[in-house]
Amino acid sequence: MHLHKYEKIWLISGVVALALFLIILGFGAFYLGTHPQSHGITIDPANIEAHEAFQSENLGLTKVDEDKYIVNVVATAFNYDLGVDEDGNAVKNISIPKGSSVLFQVVTPDVVHGFNIAGTNVNMMVEPGYISSMEVEMKQTGEFTLLCNEYCGVGHHMMFATVEVY
Amino acid sequence: MRRNQKKHTGSENEPNLKGTFISVGVLGLIIIISWFGVFALFISR
Amino acid sequence: MEIPKIGVFEENARLPLTIGKKEANLYLSFIYVAFISLFIGGLMGLLQVLVRSGSFTLPWGIGYYQILTLHGVVLALVLTTFFIIGFQYALMGKTVGISDKQRKVSWLAFWVMTVGTAITAATILVGKASVLYTFYAPLKAHPLFYIGLALVIVGSWIAGFVNWRQLYLWKKAHPGEKSPLLAFMVNINMIMWFIASLGVAVSVLIQFIPWSLGYAETINVLVSRTLFWYFGHPLVYFWLLPAYMAWYAIIPKIIGGKVFSDSLARLSFVLFLFFSIPVGFHHQLTEPGIDPTWKFIQVVLTFMVVIPSLMTAFSMFATFEITGRKKGFGGLFGWLRHLPWKDVRFLAPFVGMLAFIPGGAGGIINASHQMNTLVHNTIWVTGHFHLTVGTTVILTFFGITYWLIPHLTGRTLTKEVNRLGIIQTFVWTIGMTIMSGAMHIQGLLGAPRRSSYSEYGGTEQAVQWGAYQMAQAIGGTILFLGIILMVYIFIKLAFFSPKGEEEFPIAEEEENAPPTPMWLENWKLWVAITIALILFAYTIPFIDIIQNSPPGSPPFDWPIGNS
Ligand code: HEM
Ligand SMILES: [Cu+2]
Ligand SMILES: [Cu+2]
Repeated sequence: MHLHKYEKIWLISGVVALALFLIILGFGAFYLGTHPQSHGITIDPANIEAHEAFQSENLGLTKVDEDKYIVNVVATAFNYDLGVDEDGNAVKNISIPKGSSVLFQVVTPDVVHGFNIAGTNVNMMVEPGYISSMEVEMKQTGEFTLLCNEYCGVGHHMMFATVEVY
Repeated sequence: MRRNQKKHTGSENEPNLKGTFISVGVLGLIIIISWFGVFALFISR
Repeated sequence: MEIPKIGVFEENARLPLTIGKKEANLYLSFIYVAFISLFIGGLMGLLQVLVRSGSFTLPWGIGYYQILTLHGVVLALVLTTFFIIGFQYALMGKTVGISDKQRKVSWLAFWVMTVGTAITAATILVGKASVLYTFYAPLKAHPLFYIGLALVIVGSWIAGFVNWRQLYLWKKAHPGEKSPLLAFMVNINMIMWFIASLGVAVSVLIQFIPWSLGYAETINVLVSRTLFWYFGHPLVYFWLLPAYMAWYAIIPKIIGGKVFSDSLARLSFVLFLFFSIPVGFHHQLTEPGIDPTWKFIQVVLTFMVVIPSLMTAFSMFATFEITGRKKGFGGLFGWLRHLPWKDVRFLAPFVGMLAFIPGGAGGIINASHQMNTLVHNTIWVTGHFHLTVGTTVILTFFGITYWLIPHLTGRTLTKEVNRLGIIQTFVWTIGMTIMSGAMHIQGLLGAPRRSSYSEYGGTEQAVQWGAYQMAQAIGGTILFLGIILMVYIFIKLAFFSPKGEEEFPIAEEEENAPPTPMWLENWKLWVAITIALILFAYTIPFIDIIQNSPPGSPPFDWPIGNS
């Protein structure tokens, strides 16, 4: 089999470029720990309250330390449960100071959902039986839309909240 | 027996593929630029 | 054993095999279904962009996700599979021939697929299966939805078995010869399709059907998703490879050239067989239950499948340049001028090739492990595959249609239809540039795919997205006009063009082409390596998924509006 000289150069440079991409990604993923979320932690979807984080009083934003927060969420068709405020109303907006590190933990008792804070790198599939979680640093200020980006039924596009970084 | 089993003449008379080379080079650049563009966006978020 | 009437088996006697009337009807039937699907699916696409523009509501209680399910199923599963099988049959009939018995079995394939399609489409139309074409558990559609899909797959296997038999018999009759290039490619594609669709078939037969019928209480969601994507990535290569067949072995003839390299073409197809399947995790990168190291391993394998596409890009440019230089067009890019720009059989696939440049670049980005979080399930992805399948593949299929239909119906591609085809290609290019471009940008801004119109509580971001959805409505409307024009062209070619003989263009090799090494025909080895790679990529993570399974999920039908 014969390869033209230019084709050899082309294929070798192509492979080098692909390898470069992979090295950059691999360095980020394995050394800096920026893997996409993958923890494999399971939970019984019929009994999510058995896990402390998803009991109703623990839902929503909790400050655990200076610049350190946890956000626990239960995603159901078609709502994100972010807990209730002092008046007992459902929280639909959370505010986080810029630069803080936030751990998002999300579960669903019903079907598959998405959990995407549009315009940030927080983007996870939420599947029955697993705890989806991701720790990020909120780098940019602004108002971001938290929305479901995996089809979950007729009200899929009505599943949203807002996240404010100030 | 088949025409395509004639002895192959070697690479001395390779066809002129300069245009091809430049074209795929541009294609490669497009791939690299768009990849690093999105990568930069990823890092900035 | 029946060998088609070739007459003399002398050198090159194989290529001008003629396609008889009975065969032609078989091949055409598949393509009729494809074009009916194009029209229905295109109409749904139009409705989608209109709904998403925010200025249109669907009448009669039709749901957005119902039409989106129909759009996905009818275009991504039905149109593609039927066109491909019809086209591949025509290639086999032309290069190795088909016996009467094989033709009869092929009709069985056609009817099984068509009945399956009708059953699935009916469940969607009555609103009992708005689960989208990926039918992710634990959303539950009507059981007939899954049964219909299973029939489509089984029917396609029958077609694959016939294709293998066709080549097998040809090889027995031509000992020591390499198989015709196109027949080789068809067989690779059907092997890949068979191995890949086993995954989704297992999932549908063992998981979905018993569960939707109530015989199984729960379903393992992650296993079903993993089996789906084990199939889902090779699915996109199953669409792409027939386009590559046309690029490698048909376009050179149309532009008056020769095959650039028979062996490299075969090698690239073998590489596609190897690396198309063990990569499904790149669709599951943001899922919680899969080990990240195995995700990364499959990302590496995904990058391997880029290599045969790099080879293809080189081959295409080289074919153009060599042909141009032979015709006396010199200079660095002078050879571009010889290309038959006014021949739609060339122009439409050529635009398809161009679309694959951003399409391929986008694909590499999508597969880039952690970078996937930036684009996963955003409308960027929809923009991406409307370039790859919706432009590269579809425009190449249109390019094939212009000569294949008249060849099969005994008519000709007239100047007038050729001109309409060129207009069609432009309309598609403009519409798609607008729609797909807007989708790409809107996706980078974070907007989700698979979503009806929503203001998301009036956030600033959502307001910004609205403008891009307007642009998509404009682009999508132009595309729909393109579909109407294409359906008109198809009807014209099938029923009204003047009688005559249209060429079935198959390119030959260069006179002094180096011989194709016989090891390329080592089918058993190729299948063995393919299976070994699949086992390597999937065994450990799959066992891990099963061993660490959470409790299964019962069916949910109320979220899709059933109960
Ligand atoms: C008139 C032409 C077309 C228009 C206007 C159109 C429009 C759209 C739109 C707006 C979506 C996204 C909807 C959403 O995510 O909510 C979509 C999805 C899709 N389109 Fe098209 N499209 C067209 C042609 C095609 C063609 C030719 C194909 C393939 C051969 C195709 C395959 C798909 C697929 C597979 C989806 C994904 C469905 C899903 O996410 O479940 N489309 N289309
Ligand atoms: Cu949803
Ligand atoms: Cu893929």
